[in-house]
Amino acid sequence: MNGAAAGQTPPLREAASTSEPIKAIRLRHPWRMVFAVLLVAIFAFFVVDAAFRPAYDWPAVGKYLFDRRISMAALVTIELTVFSMVIAIILGVILAVMRLSPNPVVKSVAWFYLWIFRGTPVYVQLTIWGLISLIYTSIDIGLPFMTPWISFSTNAALNTFTLAVIGLALNEAAYMAEIVRAGLLSVDKGQEEASVALGMSWSQTMTRVILPQSMRVIIPPTGNEVISMLKTTSLVTAVPFSLELFTRSRDISAETFNPIPLLIVASIWYLFFTSILMVGQYFLEKRFSRGVGDRQTDKSDPAAPTTGAITGVVPVVGAGQPTVVLPPRTDAPGTTGDGGAR
Amino acid sequence: MSATTVGGVASVDVPMVLAEQVTKSFGSNEVLKGITLEVKRGEVMCLVGPSGSGKSTFLRCINHLEVLSAGRLSVDGELIGYRESNGKLYEMAPKEAAKQRRDIGMVFQRFNLFPHMTALQNVMEAPLRVKGMPKAKVESNARDLLARVGLADRADYYPAHLSGGQQQRVAIARALAMEPKLMLFDEPTSALDPELVGEVLDVMKGLAREGMTMIVVTHEMGFAREVADSLVFMDAGVVVESGLPSEVLANPRHARTQTFLSKVL
Ligand SMILES: Nc1ncnc2c1ncn2[C@@H]1O[C@H](COP(=O)(O)OP(=O)(O)O)[C@@H](O)[C@H]1O
Ligand SMILES: [Mg+2]
Repeated sequence: MNGAAAGQTPPLREAASTSEPIKAIRLRHPWRMVFAVLLVAIFAFFVVDAAFRPAYDWPAVGKYLFDRRISMAALVTIELTVFSMVIAIILGVILAVMRLSPNPVVKSVAWFYLWIFRGTPVYVQLTIWGLISLIYTSIDIGLPFMTPWISFSTNAALNTFTLAVIGLALNEAAYMAEIVRAGLLSVDKGQEEASVALGMSWSQTMTRVILPQSMRVIIPPTGNEVISMLKTTSLVTAVPFSLELFTRSRDISAETFNPIPLLIVASIWYLFFTSILMVGQYFLEKRFSRGVGDRQTDKSDPAAPTTGAITGVVPVVGAGQPTVVLPPRTDAPGTTGDGGAR
Repeated sequence: MSATTVGGVASVDVPMVLAEQVTKSFGSNEVLKGITLEVKRGEVMCLVGPSGSGKSTFLRCINHLEVLSAGRLSVDGELIGYRESNGKLYEMAPKEAAKQRRDIGMVFQRFNLFPHMTALQNVMEAPLRVKGMPKAKVESNARDLLARVGLADRADYYPAHLSGGQQQRVAIARALAMEPKLMLFDEPTSALDPELVGEVLDVMKGLAREGMTMIVVTHEMGFAREVADSLVFMDAGVVVESGLPSEVLANPRHARTQTFLSKVL
């Protein structure tokens, strides 16, 4: 087969190189032009109009953008995002592994968790977390139905920030569990088999073989989840926790009776953070697609002089520096995971 | 064939693999219906048979990737997957089973190299993590092994940048890195382009010459004739016929063997 393919290529290449370059009058697309001009015009009109429209109050935007209260609130938003995401990822991995467990009880517990936390709105969950001290007035440590060894008041133990983090994290964990599970299932069964056959334990197989490979599938949707979480923090006013970006902006504008510029200020901050996250996500994805996703067939060893001439697509860089050429991603951010509205 | 003086003197007479009435069912589907066979120390056994006859399942039973439904299987005198005391069998903890697998190397049809690691890292992984050997020692061993399978210059390549034949040779090196006493090959050349089969078989021939005990599931009858000490023909979960490769290949006694051989030869 190889010989045939190699034999066919030279004539094809020759034909291409000897023929004349095509000199034809390009096909015009007048409507495309009209449409593009129209769009630009509408956009420009909107920008100019916005620049001079008093309701936007740009001087106020400039004044509040770096207001100390706002930048502190931005920091709190970041804290909420980071803490909740870290907890959610850890819990998500645990839930995902539980869902894949052969033990039906463990499996059902994980399923039940997902059912509850994905089946109810996060705003409702946050509100309930805010009222937790009404439901459980004290936190007791001890044996059930006996006098607790240690007991303290829920209100004293959990402030609204902690409750906000718990609320966001527990909700997010359910979504992360599904993402991690999809990642784990995406790894070829033969990988686990090879690892186990070498005498590696279950945890070694997980951490050294399965998880690193599933990262490729896990990271893009997780990046989306982080971005989504950053925005979802604006709902913790339900707890009620009021020191993050959105609620803080609302509170300030309640004093100034000028809500629009503060909403713009908050939006600029959110956009700034999400842009940074998108860049970070890009680099993480690159890092974890190392060596994966470009499985070649037997025929193409790029370095072997005998067969390399046939394909010649993958350039060989210096010794020990294999080039990783990735096919176009099929799991582009935004298409994977179930990051729908919630 | 040969009783090489590997290991203790006492274990010389113990067969490397002893299968007695090995039975395996998946649900109601009985895939292995009582396999009894013996592989001696240093012996190369080729296992042939039509697709679906249970060859892979049998290999997987030997290193406890599948749990037997009935029968007994021991490797080097040690019962696989169970401990026996006072005439009772106790199921092994995963840790003990993992320990038994260390001494049994396995090579798969689809190579199953770890794609996120280079060839060298693939070979180093198990000695490093499972045996906890010092890194410098592991690396020099791994480089030696890669040289032995003719891939010294491919150490830093990721599997995706190696040909199928090269990947399978790395996989063999990876299995050898654990210094197994038994090697299982499950159709090691079936996923390869014809021109790449030879390089893998050559490595396996070298191993056989060095006295490695091997069970090889294969359709390469030339290899069986040249290298194997015994040939076992399996069909529908039973051993139909076994003997010297030259004899079985030249004068198959059973009709099923004749039919099968007429297709692959
Ligand atoms: N994990 C499994 N679950 C259910 N059936 C299986 C499983 N593994 C193998 N089988 C069945 O066992 C039979 C023998 O398979 P296998 O051992 O792979 O045969 P061979 O390697 O000889 O082609 C097949 O019918 C297959 O469908
Ligand atoms: Mg098979």
